[in-house]
Amino acid sequence: MAVIVKQDTARERTQPSRRAWGHAATGLALVGPAFLLLMVLVILPVGAVFVLAVTDWQLGARSMNFVGLDNFAAMLTDRVFRASLINTGIYVATVVPATLIAGLVIALVIESGGALRGLYRAIHFLPVMATLAAMAMAWEALLHPTIGLVNQALGQLGLPRPNWLSDPAYALATLCVIGVWQHLGYAMVLFLAGLKAIPPDLYDAASVDGADGALDRFFTVTFPMLGPVAMFLVVVVSVKAFETFDTVRILTEGGPGVSSELLLHTLYVESFEFFRTGYGSALTVVFLFIVVLLTLSQARALDRRVHYS
Amino acid sequence: MTAVARTIRSSWMAGIAHALSRHLTLIGTSAFILMPFVWMLSLSSKPPHEAFQAEVSLLPDDWYIVENYGEALTSVPMLRFMLNGAIICLTVLVLQIAVAAPAAYALAKHRFFGRDAIFALVLVGLLIPHQALAIPLFAAFHQLGILDSFAALILPGVISPFAIFLFRQFFKTVPDDLVHAGRLDGLSELSIVWRIMLPLAMPAVIAFSILSVVGRWNDLFLPLIMIRSEELMTPPLGIYYFRSQEAGTAFGPLMAAAVLVVLPLIVGFLVAQRRFVEGLSLGGVK
Repeated sequence: MAVIVKQDTARERTQPSRRAWGHAATGLALVGPAFLLLMVLVILPVGAVFVLAVTDWQLGARSMNFVGLDNFAAMLTDRVFRASLINTGIYVATVVPATLIAGLVIALVIESGGALRGLYRAIHFLPVMATLAAMAMAWEALLHPTIGLVNQALGQLGLPRPNWLSDPAYALATLCVIGVWQHLGYAMVLFLAGLKAIPPDLYDAASVDGADGALDRFFTVTFPMLGPVAMFLVVVVSVKAFETFDTVRILTEGGPGVSSELLLHTLYVESFEFFRTGYGSALTVVFLFIVVLLTLSQARALDRRVHYS
Repeated sequence: MTAVARTIRSSWMAGIAHALSRHLTLIGTSAFILMPFVWMLSLSSKPPHEAFQAEVSLLPDDWYIVENYGEALTSVPMLRFMLNGAIICLTVLVLQIAVAAPAAYALAKHRFFGRDAIFALVLVGLLIPHQALAIPLFAAFHQLGILDSFAALILPGVISPFAIFLFRQFFKTVPDDLVHAGRLDGLSELSIVWRIMLPLAMPAVIAFSILSVVGRWNDLFLPLIMIRSEELMTPPLGIYYFRSQEAGTAFGPLMAAAVLVVLPLIVGFLVAQRRFVEGLSLGGVK
């Protein structure tokens, strides 16, 4: 495709008719504003992040010095960054599989019957669009150590009543639960779409081949056919999980101590509360690498889907 | 009873059992999803002494809706925050489409030097998470003296590589004959974009609009960095600020404010469910 386009433009260039030139000029004029804005607001800033990451600049300071890879070396000994990276790893490794499994199970259960499908689907999708900053405050009230619904219920059952957000043993786990709550509806709708796309005759074929039980049918037909959707979701939900910020900021500010510090929140605090811009830029480079690698692996996964189907 | 009748009866029983377990499972997961919404609504209608009482109850003895919502609307300018949010979401959306649609048309239907390079750049832009741009944009806006203004919230959103990418995919499917017919009718290239291309790509435009508005309305990160003045705050920043003012003493008004912030998108979703699901599941590709 790309090759054909190149040949065409080459031919146009060797026989430049007035019309072709006019056409090319219009094309450039149409794309011009977008190109300029893309350069100024995205491409150059990304470049600037890489430049700032090798300086000791602080926002507002008049001078900056080149410090090579010092900022990256500093990360290795930075207690907060290390905790943040490990927490983010734990968070993503928990939220992504839990979201996918919950989303898949709910999609399968919804599809297994006819009644109230739309209602159940709508309910589970609500958190995807509900403003997370506001909902985080609702979670805070719900998880309040004494007057929150959760601990009131636990108390009535005679169970221990943890301090969900200010006990270092629970804070990160609580954020994980909220993360799953927020994303599972998204996984659910994509799995529902995936299920609808499975041709019914595949199930007939499977039952001819002796796959009769519900589990049999699930593992011979449903599960393999949902593979591409699941691959896609792993990447998208991972990126969303890496970008978690609101719940950390509102509910724990990374605490107690550093027990619920996540990467984007660390980046925010270093850059915009401590104004350590150089160091914050280095953190941004790390964040950028992780997200870009994940997104590119999505492109790979989609590529494979195209080739194998 | 014959064997056949027995089989029919047992499969009928199995059907009932299945329906029952299906509904029980989904009621359970729905309860988990709805819990914070229900608690938020409950607290927003309770007086302080009931919010702090020890026993569980969802409905208040003493309805305090007017007082709580009244305080949420008066002690901070909640309506102002929501108006700000609406202005910024709509301005950004209009600019995004105005910038992206002509570019997408050129990339889909014109041949010119550098087209492939520019499209490659769009794809690079598609990969970049917006949070990664915060430091340089903050520094640049500081230089320009536009921190703490609507411009600081609008400018970063004006260019959407995703809109360009998405519209280009749709525009490519529009037959060239339609474009030629438009030119023969004397339409300018820009009129072709607005009067032929965009109307044909309406599903994409609507889906993108929902994605864009929902994302911006809900965003806390950028306003937190760019905005200091109360009168410029967006709903997420406004409610964050409200909580810091109240210092956790007044659940009722805070929850009332939370309900107000969440309400517009929930109402939109209930009105146009299918569109919302389509738009927000586009979000995967960003």
